[in-house]
Amino acid sequence: MLKITDLKCYYGRIQAVKGITLSVGPGEVVSLIGANGSGKSTVLQAVCGLLQRWEGTILFQGSSVKGLNPPEIVRRGISLVPEGRMIFAPLSVLDNLKLGAYSRSRKNPKSNFEEDLEKALTLFPVLRERINQPAGTLSGGEQQMLAVSRALMARPSMLLLDEPCMGLAPMMVNKILDTIALLKSRGMTILLVEQNARAALQIADRGYVLETGKMVYEGRAADLLADPAITNAYLGIAATPKMKPETAAASLGLTF
Amino acid sequence: MTQSSLHETVRIGLLTGAVAAAGILFDNAYHIQVLVFIGINTILTLGLNLLMGYTGQISLGHAAFYGIGAYTSAILTVHFQFSPWAALFPSLGLAVLVALIVGIPTLKLSGYYLAMGTLGFGMIVFIVFRELDFWTGGSSGLAGIPSLKIGSVDLMSGRNFYYLVWGAVLGTLVVSRRLIESRVGRALRSIHGSEHAAMAIGVNTQAYKLQVFVFSAFLAALAGFLYAHCIGFISPGSFDFMASVRMVTMVVIGGMASIWGALLGASLLTLLPEWLHAFADYEMIVYGLILMLVMIFLPQGLLRGLLDIYERSRNA
Repeated sequence: MLKITDLKCYYGRIQAVKGITLSVGPGEVVSLIGANGSGKSTVLQAVCGLLQRWEGTILFQGSSVKGLNPPEIVRRGISLVPEGRMIFAPLSVLDNLKLGAYSRSRKNPKSNFEEDLEKALTLFPVLRERINQPAGTLSGGEQQMLAVSRALMARPSMLLLDEPCMGLAPMMVNKILDTIALLKSRGMTILLVEQNARAALQIADRGYVLETGKMVYEGRAADLLADPAITNAYLGIAATPKMKPETAAASLGLTF
Repeated sequence: MTQSSLHETVRIGLLTGAVAAAGILFDNAYHIQVLVFIGINTILTLGLNLLMGYTGQISLGHAAFYGIGAYTSAILTVHFQFSPWAALFPSLGLAVLVALIVGIPTLKLSGYYLAMGTLGFGMIVFIVFRELDFWTGGSSGLAGIPSLKIGSVDLMSGRNFYYLVWGAVLGTLVVSRRLIESRVGRALRSIHGSEHAAMAIGVNTQAYKLQVFVFSAFLAALAGFLYAHCIGFISPGSFDFMASVRMVTMVVIGGMASIWGALLGASLLTLLPEWLHAFADYEMIVYGLILMLVMIFLPQGLLRGLLDIYERSRNA
């Protein structure tokens, strides 16, 4: 479905992505993991047209996306859930969702908007309670749910998720991961970028590991999770639960 | 019709009533004149508010479009004997054309850089007004601009011009309102939130920024046209950098992203200098002080601030 070959991305003179190759098949969930600054988000930005300067080829459903602007790419069926959620804070939850359907409402304004709205609100019932509230008043987790719903409103055939679990409470992380699994079971194709590598690999079919712009590992998610080299290098925190809970709490400034 | 748009229709109805009532009640020519200026400034502020308040793009050069509207019509009527109505379309057309030419490169900028770009543009146009003296009369201005007529009725007599200007204000208000409530309006507000996120959901941000810039230039030119034919005399000083700043102030003081805030901001900033004549030499100090106090105590602008005070007093 998505095929990236020898992608190189630049920010000015700095080369952030140094020739990576990656593919996502229909209905597959693929995780792209790696440390801060390894170029994960840059890859997503290139795919959805937000990054202007890149070399290589990106094929979506067989045709190149080179030179297309973001609105055109959205219309072809790729939706991005941007890093840091980027919901429109002063606008109501409903207006945010309406904006999600923006790309397909031009030709027929109603185009089953109500139906999709209902689907989104069934997926995340909490959004129904807050439908007329300014989106900025939602909690972080709710904002992430809104960002995911907003992306789904465009009726994408592929979803790009950029760090959907960043800064969320553990319970919310689980909720978001469950949602990704649910979307997968409905046949959605997903490319997931995460720093929370263990979680990302647990719900993925396959995984890629990026390090300073280069692809260093790729394989089935289960294999990556089982590979000691990877667990040590990228799943460090979760793989070494040596710290006692009290010490961990103290390091966060909490006392019992 | 949703409830909020019903409320809005009621409000616009009330404003229409107030405009008509004011036209009947005020018969002092000075008062009518002040109301005309409020109307002209409201059109300017509504246009700039679409660009700044809703779309989040700062223009520090909007007086240029105001001036282009005024000068084009003035030059065509004074030097080329156009009838004022025939000059209306070229004035609006030129402003739109200039906005397109300036907007395409400038709107690639954002934030401070866009402010700087439009500031430079405003200064260039101001200098053109001042230096092109065989047409514009240079610093001493251009006099003898004919007044508007419909048939044999001179619109400058009595309250005719007042009704013309406020008719235009109401028209602009309704059009702005419909624009904001539409799909396009939501797209504009999404650009204000985050241009990146707006693009990611498929909003063509470049195209919308340009369109709203051109539309606000169109409204500024319309205001300029009305101004030139109301006063009959224009000089570059009315369209300088300070005029652009005054427009931005009207938007901010009234309340960003609110069409009623635009009306309030334009009214306050037009009335203040009139009221403050009493302070003579200290006029500008008091003026500045009032603006500072509004921003300190009502940082969301007059409209939101006054509504908050009202709601608090009702709850108390």
